[in-house]
Parts: sequence; structure tokens; C-alpha cells
Amino acid sequence: MAWQQPMDGSHASGSKVAAADGPGTQRTQYPYVTGTSVIALKYKDGVIMACDTGASYGSTLRYKSVERIKAVGKHSLIGASGEFSDFQEILRYLDELTLSDHMWDDGNSLGPKEVHSYLTRVMYNRRNKFDPLWNSLVLGGVKKGPKGEEKYLGMVNMIGTHFEENHIATGFGNHLAIPILRAEWCEDMTFEEAVKLVEKCLLVLLYRDRSSINKFQIAKITTEGATIYPPYSLKTHWGFAAFENPSKGAVGSW
Amino acid sequence: MSSIGTGYDLSVTTFSPDGRVFQVEYATKAVDNSGTVVGIKCKDGIVLGVQKLVTSKMMLEGSNRRIHSVHSHSGLAAAGLAADGRQIVSRAKSEAASYEKVYGEPISVKELADRVASYVHLCTLYWWLRPFGCGVILGGYDRDGPQLYMIEPSGVSYKYYGAALGKGRQAAKTEIEKLKLPNLTCREGIVEVAKIIYGVHDEAKDKAFELELSWICDESNRQHQKVLCYSFVHIFVS
Repeated sequence: MAWQQPMDGSHASGSKVAAADGPGTQRTQYPYVTGTSVIALKYKDGVIMACDTGASYGSTLRYKSVERIKAVGKHSLIGASGEFSDFQEILRYLDELTLSDHMWDDGNSLGPKEVHSYLTRVMYNRRNKFDPLWNSLVLGGVKKGPKGEEKYLGMVNMIGTHFEENHIATGFGNHLAIPILRAEWCEDMTFEEAVKLVEKCLLVLLYRDRSSINKFQIAKITTEGATIYPPYSLKTHWGFAAFENPSKGAVGSW
Repeated sequence: MSSIGTGYDLSVTTFSPDGRVFQVEYATKAVDNSGTVVGIKCKDGIVLGVQKLVTSKMMLEGSNRRIHSVHSHSGLAAAGLAADGRQIVSRAKSEAASYEKVYGEPISVKELADRVASYVHLCTLYWWLRPFGCGVILGGYDRDGPQLYMIEPSGVSYKYYGAALGKGRQAAKTEIEKLKLPNLTCREGIVEVAKIIYGVHDEAKDKAFELELSWICDESNRQHQKVLCYSFVHIFVS
């Protein structure tokens, strides 16, 4: 699977050269259990994030009830696509971070911008050691800043590329969902409008991304806190004439 | 007061002829001269209170933190040399974090108390280290319910229903013994601890003080939280 190899040719010279922990050891070369796209966008009250609850083992849709969006502290949500075990490790780092932040008890708490910055450092430093955390992470949240309630949405991927935007999509979402979001996103959408837009993107991904499943979770983060809604399915339509009788018009039996 | 250890008190690695380690006893004196620290175990949690003697009128209210969170489920209040207390808190936090890293679950209060006690005891075994000049009251809420431990400069650690350290510890312990702890909720407990600390404060001898309170109980979702106590000033002044 050529697309799974990092494109910078590092696998050519081999991480065997770069590995500092001894001869005969290798670092992460490719992911095993992966989650597909995550979509997120800013709306009136905060940020909305959605993804499916599937984790694939290569081409097999192995795990169908996986939560790929989690709350971080009081002000943020993190969503991940890519290697699921690396996401679990990242959640552990974030737990340590939020606990030590909580114990300061100084009236401050980590906001989404700070968490995003932290994750960017972690991802970039791992990539520099040729031992990446094989994820694309989406970080969204709301926190009171000097200019009032500030909504924040950003992403960081396995090579450390990071940016902030009004709408984010990872994996196949980059190709299928971003065009829709660019055309139809607008400032200060209501929650219902935002859900409709997100569902439109999720539906396209469901039809066209082979590793997506029809079981989604939507999550939102507002000043009141994080809410991760229970999973649900979207209605799909397969009643097209070509599907009904696929071999009509085909010559012969093959 | 107690006997002078002439000659046997120069090092923590020297016993006296009557089997005492004077350096550890002197360390305990540092604790006995500090502001009172009280901890009680109520039926639904723990309450910790500290009488923070204000050394200077210039000091900002709310500074000089004496009760620290060691983990989300436990708090630690130190009596004695404040800087030594911070070191113990730092060690306790790192023990709790490393336990969770290895075992995947939050450290039990008993295990935490054991580790803090071992660390305090460690510093009484070598001549190049001095004992900690502080006693510590550790309160936490885990699977086995709320628990209260007190660790002294010698490194002994016992589990208590109620414990007190510092200048007013005798008076405080008498007051605690009067309380019916198994029937007390933490909400009532906070008021009792505040009363005890105000009670042991000697207006003539001591200067002004600030009350620092915290609790870990069912109401706080088993999280260690500081309790804001401006309201108490009104209760006692009136």
C-alpha cells in the first residue's frame, strides 16, 4: 500500500539507520488498526465534530463501536483518524497534561489553543525521530480569551503539519468533504444547520469511502462543556436502476 | 522541656543511650511550633483545614498555599517548615503519576501514604540528609472509601478518624474527639473544622491568620477541592 508509506523517502534509507535503541530494531513503518475521516466545523455556540465509529484492520472493517472523539479538559474536543493505538497513547499524554494542570488549582485551565500547541510539539518531535504517531488529529474548543468567547479549531498530522481553520476534515474527508464545507460553511450557523452540513459530508463519505461504516457520532463543545452524542445511522438510498439489475445490458454471462 | 541530647544529637545516624534519635525529635519540634493543621474523616469524605499564620501584613490574601492536590482524589496538608512540605507534595505527586503510568489506575490512598512515609523515613537514615521538618496529613477517597493518614517526620504513618498537627494540636484533638464523626457529613464537617481552628487560635499570642479548607467527598464527586470560606468570617464575627 504505497499511500501508507511516508512520501519523503525515509523508508528507503530505513529507520534502521536512524533507530538509536540498538541494531535490529525498527520503528513504526505503517499503521495496523485505523480510523477514517473526522469532520469538524465552527458554529455559533462553539465547535461541532463528527466521525464514524469504525476502526479497520487493513481492508477489514474490524471494530464497529470505537469512539474516535474525546473530550480534553473543560474546553476542548479531540478527534483522530489513523492508527487507533497511537490515539490511545495520545489520550494518555493528554490525561497526564490535564491532571497536572488541574492540580495547580490556580484558576487557569488549558484551552484548545494550548492543547493544539502541545500536540503539535509531540507530533513533530516524534516525526523527527522517525517514529511518528500515525494520526491526523482534529482539535476544537471554546475558551474565554481577551476578546471574549473564542472558538478554536485546528488540526495536526503525523508529520507535524498544523493549521487553524473554520472547518477541518482528515483522511478522505480532505477530498470529499472539504469542497462541500468550503461551498456551504458560513459564520455563526445554528446547531441544527451545522448538523445538517456535517451529515451531508458524512453521507458522501459513507457512499464513497470504503473504510467508513454507517454508524456516526456527533460531538459539540460550547462554553457549557463537551457533549458527545450517542451513535446513530444515516439513511442511505440504493434504489437506483443500475443496482437493481446490475447485469442488464451486459454481454454474455461474464 | 525534654532532655538535651548533648553529643548524641549531632547526627540523624546517632542513637542516644536511651534509644532515641534526637535529630528526628528536633524535627518534630519544628512541626509542633507551626500553625495548626486539622483533618477529619466524615461519613462521606475527608475535610482538611489549615491555620495559616500570616507573617506579614504585606502578604497577599490567598497566597502561601498550604493544602495541595496530590491527585484528583487526594489532598495533602503540611505542618511545619513550608518549603519541606512542598518537597513532600512534589514527591507525592510524582509517586501518584508514576503509579498510574505503570498500573493504569489511580494510586490507592493507602499505597500513596506508604510511599510518602517511606520517603520521609528515607531522610532519617543518612547523615548527609536532614529529616523533613514537617508532618503531613493526607486525605483521599478511593475504592475503599474516604481515608485519612498522618505522616510524622520520623516516617511513621497511621490511619486516623481525626488528626491534628501544630501548635493547637492538643486542643484540636480534644475537640475532634467530641465530634460524632460517623454521622457527620462533609458539609457539616467543614463548619466543625473551621470552628476548631478558630477555637485553637490564641488571639493574644498569635498574629492574624487565614483559614484554608478543602474537602474530598461524594458531593465534590470524590475530587479534591478547595472550599471557599469568606462566609465563615461572618458567622464568627456575628
